[in-house]
Amino acid sequence: MAAQEHIRYIARLGDDAVVLGQRLSEWCGHGPILEEDIALTNLSLDYIGQARALYTHAGALEAQGHGEDHFAYFRDEEAFENHLMVELPKGDFGFTVMRQFLFATFAYLRMEALAGQTTDPELAAIAAKSVKELRYHVEHARDWVVRLGDGTAESRERLHRSLEQLWPYTGELFTPDAVDTWAETAGMAPDLARLKARWDDVITAALTEATLGRPEDGWMQAGGKAGRHTEHLGYLLAEMQSLARKHPGVTW
Amino acid sequence: MVSPPDERDVWKQLATVVDPELPFLNVVEMGMVREVVPSEAGGWLVRITPTYSGCPATDVIMQDIRRVLSALTADVEVEVVHHPAWTTDWIGEEAREKMSAHGIAPPIGSHADKSFLLGKKQTVPCPLCGSTSTRLVSAFGSTACKAHYTCNDCLEPFDHFKCF
Repeated sequence: MAAQEHIRYIARLGDDAVVLGQRLSEWCGHGPILEEDIALTNLSLDYIGQARALYTHAGALEAQGHGEDHFAYFRDEEAFENHLMVELPKGDFGFTVMRQFLFATFAYLRMEALAGQTTDPELAAIAAKSVKELRYHVEHARDWVVRLGDGTAESRERLHRSLEQLWPYTGELFTPDAVDTWAETAGMAPDLARLKARWDDVITAALTEATLGRPEDGWMQAGGKAGRHTEHLGYLLAEMQSLARKHPGVTW
Repeated sequence: MVSPPDERDVWKQLATVVDPELPFLNVVEMGMVREVVPSEAGGWLVRITPTYSGCPATDVIMQDIRRVLSALTADVEVEVVHHPAWTTDWIGEEAREKMSAHGIAPPIGSHADKSFLLGKKQTVPCPLCGSTSTRLVSAFGSTACKAHYTCNDCLEPFDHFKCF
């Protein structure tokens, strides 16, 4: 069996993906225009696909007979180690695209680094695929942030508000805990400080173009990676897990 | 005893499996079949690379591959491999021409290009009239792998298979 930290590192990559994928799926039938309804649910599909591969890999490393469904459906919220940012309610379209931009840029840079490591070849393969998908997520979200930020007074105000609400959740992305440090020492995970420098460049350029500017760093929320979540995750999991728990082993 | 089919029969059967979202292309043309090798059981082992991780067509394609191959021999195994990751670079020239003929702009450029991080856009020529004056309507079109464009000259909407 692989090291606990190794399994947790892979599983939490899956947690980020499945939780954000589930959030995005809430837009199905509620997008502001048909094209965006389709776009947001396609992003959701990408994340859920990535989560499936990551959970399958985590289960194989763990060697306890747990498949992807175990990780998604049969764990309680304390066992999820996703970043808090991805579990926040979907908000309005402005909030969703701002979160997509802040998170997908981070996810893109992280997967790009993971694709280049050789400690865990299966993870590298999953990351190499994910990074190609995330590239379009970044592009999509960046376009909307610029268009709405540098748009009408109303759209700018909503983007500005979303940015202010989301910013305190960006600190956690770059604050390593014991699992991150283990993975970095093992030559698997990237140095989060270096990742942040690249993330800052991309984010600042887009926010400037969007006339919003980058907020000042202040007090930052944390806890997701330790299983301490906002109240929102429980509701999300209840909806996502209810069918599998009520009918264990059910197939279509 | 029936003698096992030879490798060419396996490839021939594989070429009858189409991508349900691009029904004019088969899985061999799409570059999804990485290799066909003899299995330990004396049959064949087929290695497949999925396209998009979230592609809903993958399960259907895998079922179809197993179905056509089981008609050939009982000893056929299908294995999914993730490395190296599938890329649109594996879509052959002929397949790209088929895409264009069906009104889908084939992938262009390199997936290694990072200029998108700073908002740079690529030009996608219209597959119907050839004009380079086109605009992106939505980065996610009829399927996750396609973007939705409109031509500014002939005014026709079209899909673009994203570089991936």
